[in-house]
Amino acid sequence: MRTETYISFDKVTKVYGKLKAVDELSFNVTKGDIYGFLGPNGAGKSTSIRMIMSLIKPTSGKIMLFGKELAYNRYQTLNRIGALIEKPDFYKYLSARKNLEILGSLSNAVNLNYKIDEVLDWVGLLSRAESKVKTFSQGMKQRLGIAQCLLHNPDLIILDEPANGLDPQGVKEIRVLIKQINEEKGITVLISSHILNEIEQIANRMIIFNKGKCVVEGEVQKLLNSGELNVSFYVDDKEKAKNSLSWSEWHKKLINEDNGCLVFSLVNAEIIELNKFLIQNGIGVFAIKPLRSLEDYFIKLTSDV
Amino acid sequence: MFKLISIELYKIFSKGRTYIGIGAIVIIVLSIVLGAYFEGEEILDFAIMNLKDTFIFEGKLINGYFIGYLVLNTLWIHIPILVALVAGDLLAGEANSGTFRVILTRPISRTKLLIAKFIAGWAYVLVLVLLMALLSLGLGLIVFGKGDLVVFRNNLSIFSSDDLIWRFACAFGYGILTMTTVAALAYFLSAFAENSIGPIIGSIAIIIGITIISTVGYTLLRPINKFLFTTYLPSWQLFFEFDLNIAKIIRAVAIQIAYIFVFLSITFFYFRKKDILT
Repeated sequence: MRTETYISFDKVTKVYGKLKAVDELSFNVTKGDIYGFLGPNGAGKSTSIRMIMSLIKPTSGKIMLFGKELAYNRYQTLNRIGALIEKPDFYKYLSARKNLEILGSLSNAVNLNYKIDEVLDWVGLLSRAESKVKTFSQGMKQRLGIAQCLLHNPDLIILDEPANGLDPQGVKEIRVLIKQINEEKGITVLISSHILNEIEQIANRMIIFNKGKCVVEGEVQKLLNSGELNVSFYVDDKEKAKNSLSWSEWHKKLINEDNGCLVFSLVNAEIIELNKFLIQNGIGVFAIKPLRSLEDYFIKLTSDV
Repeated sequence: MFKLISIELYKIFSKGRTYIGIGAIVIIVLSIVLGAYFEGEEILDFAIMNLKDTFIFEGKLINGYFIGYLVLNTLWIHIPILVALVAGDLLAGEANSGTFRVILTRPISRTKLLIAKFIAGWAYVLVLVLLMALLSLGLGLIVFGKGDLVVFRNNLSIFSSDDLIWRFACAFGYGILTMTTVAALAYFLSAFAENSIGPIIGSIAIIIGITIISTVGYTLLRPINKFLFTTYLPSWQLFFEFDLNIAKIIRAVAIQIAYIFVFLSITFFYFRKKDILT
């Protein structure tokens, strides 16, 4: 089945004076994706998002949205996108409803009054519809920011650091909301975040870039599972386990030992084999924990560049 | 376009600072009316003291038209500040609050947004000047009634009350034009700034600075004085001459229009290509 490409960057470069903020960046976001944008501060994430949203113009390269070149089809393409860029800024002296009326009207949203109630209900702010935005907490503003993205039934939403400034509960709420938007409404999501764990939990594809260049791009799980990873084995008798390992090839894989656990460097298939080996040697294994998270992967990649 | 203009108008008239200007005009006009009511005769006697030997003044010299003329003289000092307060915020205010990120990611043209914002700002200028006109003339006529207008400029002119309405209409109309130039200047500075303070103070500083320099260094700046828009800010007075100097009036109007065109053209050219980084 042919998948529709929603965003396509083809060797896009943005230069500010002597600084190359984005350097020949290429990637594709396809329909249905939750696509993660990862990179340290100054990597070019926000610049790329601003170029998608026509806030800044690329110095060179081509940006295609929904199969059309952005430079010549700005209105048609922006009509299909909702965006929350960097932080949710609104007209603080107006109510949440009035802000949404203005933004929905600019986005040519239909049945606007009904839609405003619907999106406010969706993000849990219907009871605060008439309150001025200046009375909102950061979490409420973030939710209102997501609500304004949905007003015109977009096919794609772009969220730039949507969990910024939120407490753990707020971060979780936003994560759940993004998953719902993708699964229940069928909206493709591009999300940039520095909370790597969040991307790991919700994105199916991702790009990691550093200093404006793409470091790696692909499916999150495939990228995480490629190569060796550190795995902790929690055993009932560590000394017995070490003794058994010393007579086998597995001892070469042992890289560390910690309180009650042995840490090995293994590829995926070896985890099963090592587990079998330990059990066959009468050693009880009560937990196996892969240590390499996206965070380790991210740090490794971005520090190598 | 109508939708954009109505949104911009709604935003302007939802802000507290908009009403600072309106409130200021009400207070200033009321102060002048009250001042004229209680101490007007003494002030007028003092003003025409030297002329009393030569002329005999009869009738109601402090009347509604006199108040209107007095306010015209007084408020051209304040109105540029009030206009800059709103016009300087039109673009810089959005940059400062981060709302450009929200509105410019919608499918709207930057050119149309710029036009809508300036029209909304101009509507505010209209409200200020018309309020000033209606309040000063209206209140003046109610409190003091009609009468002839005595104008002391290079010479003494006395206008019959039947000959004044069109002169006031033209003077206030010209006032709208000059304040539009001030709004265009503040708007132009606003496009380059990321908070409103710069363009507000900048436009006032430019007006005051050029006025002072061209007054103090009149001889030095004589060659360029006639091309400066500030030179023509008080040109509404041309409508209170018996023999209208049409050439001077056309020149004053043309200079104002030229400046509006230049300020807006640069604003549009720059802002349409501007990277939104705030």
